[in-house]
Amino acid sequence: MAGSGTAHLRTDDSALLRVEDLVVQFPVGNTGLLLNAVSGISLDVVEGETLGLVGESGCGKSTTGRAIMQLPRPTGGSIRFDGNELTQLEGDKLRQVRTRIQMIFQDPISSLNPRRKVHDIVMEPLNIWEVGSKADREAKVRQVLEDVGIDPDAAADRRPHQFSGGQCQRISIARALVLDPKLIICDEPVSALDVSVQAQVLNLLEDLKKQYGLTLVFIAHDLAVVKNVSDRVCVMYLGKVCEVAPSDDLYAAPAHPYTDLLLKSIPVPDPRVKPDPEQRIQGELPSPLFPPSGCRFRTRCPFAQEVCAQEEPKLRDVGGGHYVACHFPLVSSATASGNGDGTTG
Amino acid sequence: MSPTRKRPQRPERGVLLEVQDLKTHFQTPRGIVRAVDGVSLTLERGRTLGVVGESGSGKTILSRSIMGLLPKANVIRKGSVRFEGEELIGLSTKQMREFWGAEMAMVFQDPMTSLNPVMKIGRQITEGLKLHLGMRDKDAAATAERLLSDVGIPEPRRRLDEYPHQLSGGMRQRVTIAIALACGPTLLFADEPTTALDVTVQAQILDLLADQQRDRDMSMILVTHDLGVVAGRTDEIAVMYAGKLVEKAPTPVLFSNMKMPYTEALLKSIPKLENPSHTRLEIIGGRPPELVNPPKGCRFAPRCPYATDQCRQEEPPLVEADIPGHVYACWYPVGSEHWQQMQDSERTASVAAGG
Repeated sequence: MAGSGTAHLRTDDSALLRVEDLVVQFPVGNTGLLLNAVSGISLDVVEGETLGLVGESGCGKSTTGRAIMQLPRPTGGSIRFDGNELTQLEGDKLRQVRTRIQMIFQDPISSLNPRRKVHDIVMEPLNIWEVGSKADREAKVRQVLEDVGIDPDAAADRRPHQFSGGQCQRISIARALVLDPKLIICDEPVSALDVSVQAQVLNLLEDLKKQYGLTLVFIAHDLAVVKNVSDRVCVMYLGKVCEVAPSDDLYAAPAHPYTDLLLKSIPVPDPRVKPDPEQRIQGELPSPLFPPSGCRFRTRCPFAQEVCAQEEPKLRDVGGGHYVACHFPLVSSATASGNGDGTTG
Repeated sequence: MSPTRKRPQRPERGVLLEVQDLKTHFQTPRGIVRAVDGVSLTLERGRTLGVVGESGSGKTILSRSIMGLLPKANVIRKGSVRFEGEELIGLSTKQMREFWGAEMAMVFQDPMTSLNPVMKIGRQITEGLKLHLGMRDKDAAATAERLLSDVGIPEPRRRLDEYPHQLSGGMRQRVTIAIALACGPTLLFADEPTTALDVTVQAQILDLLADQQRDRDMSMILVTHDLGVVAGRTDEIAVMYAGKLVEKAPTPVLFSNMKMPYTEALLKSIPKLENPSHTRLEIIGGRPPELVNPPKGCRFAPRCPYATDQCRQEEPPLVEADIPGHVYACWYPVGSEHWQQMQDSERTASVAAGG
């Protein structure tokens, strides 16, 4: 009923993180209304994989990332990480597990305490968990700073405002790495950065992923960025999952009409590709207070029919690990008309 | 109030805007920040110019300086800005007011902060109509309603009585476009108009700007950091770096035949959809220079893979390329002999290093 289904989840126990039927609702003041930020999504990530979460503002991708961290606690569903059911854990046990999941945020400057020195910011997690001796900790801080491309000698005693946005994001990454986490949730880590700096940070994340053996959940609205870093991509719309597929497949042959239109909205840095106003998502995102019945995308979908309003589509396999939640997926037409537009030259 | 300045007859062709050696410097405690340092460009009627660069390249200050939207204190603005033949540098704020809105208008990046949060949308649109076109309340309200429907806002009459916070980001940006279009400007500046918006809304807003530009026969200057945004939507592109214009060319020429290594690097650093996932991005090392003390010689030299001693000592002049309208400032442009040698040696080096 939740429209997402769990067909796309791996059946074996290989997943490091397994989110099932996650629901997050926020009460709206004293009105008694509920804002449905995430409405029953399921996803999993195996060790060493990068899962991209994409969608427009308000699709619930950031809320999903935070709910995995139990910040805040989800309204319903299950989140299994490395053998632990996070929704059941409390107090010290939860804190202990959370050292192995870290987050990197969008705005690198405001996510660092402006009054503290870089050295202390990166050191703090080690101090809290009393990792090793003082000398061990100092060595660890030096090493992660070096790994993220910040000179520890020059930077240690400086404060965040003395660094550029890209450097602050490197410091945030160092802080996330210092406890040797298994999973890092990157919430729009490059969307506040210039293209040139964005490329530096994306390359850095790829390097660190190998070096530290990381698993990443990469949340972003820029589809080209997500494609570049992800092994699998999960497309979200208004608190639901539309489509899950290996990165290259999703972009080559999107099966959900929403994914298709989303891809066609991307500005292509090639003047031979002329923008096509016919291929746009019409209208506005419906209110998450009163989400549409059935398929949530139906109010803006060019192919919507009666059944879409009555019955919520479930994720189903369309081959090759490609799953889509749509009554009328673009499977055959997408492969047949793949050269029709957008792929000029 | 009625308009005091007579609108000149609008010819269909010819130069609309001519900027000559424009400098905009700010006096700060750290020294003089040379945000725009000698930029020249011309814009023809009905054409669209894209201005591209990283943060701190001076692209926003350039557009504000052309429009005269700068703080009064501690600013040095020199050079020449001729709009429809009239020199704008040296005009007072009062004189500039005849141009703002009526002749040139701007759409800003953040629609929340560029709209007045405590003023109804209707009044924000009619303000200019009454001031510049001398409209009465009733006519102004009717025009405002038509403008809102032109920019694709459903139920425009109801929206006139709403406040900005009642609209989504995309709708708010449509309102700021309606305000900018209200008095029929000849030149529209759009300063990162879609950077704060989602990719789907971005596409809608860019389509809208293109439609309105065509319908109203306006010229447009589209300022952005995203080469993807300007690629399909401009006639010409100017690339800025550290307060200087480093390359300018008709859009197709810029993409097919770029000369400036900075332009090349900027384009290469964008993740591309046609590449498979995990394709390594080509990066520009370092970051843009401080504009208080820009490097000697070519300002891009410290980050340029092809730089030589000459680049670090002598500033390259803006020179004409083979194709008319294409200018660039580089001693060893893309495709030159030195560039080719550097490319080859880099390739050998990376092969030697094991990829």
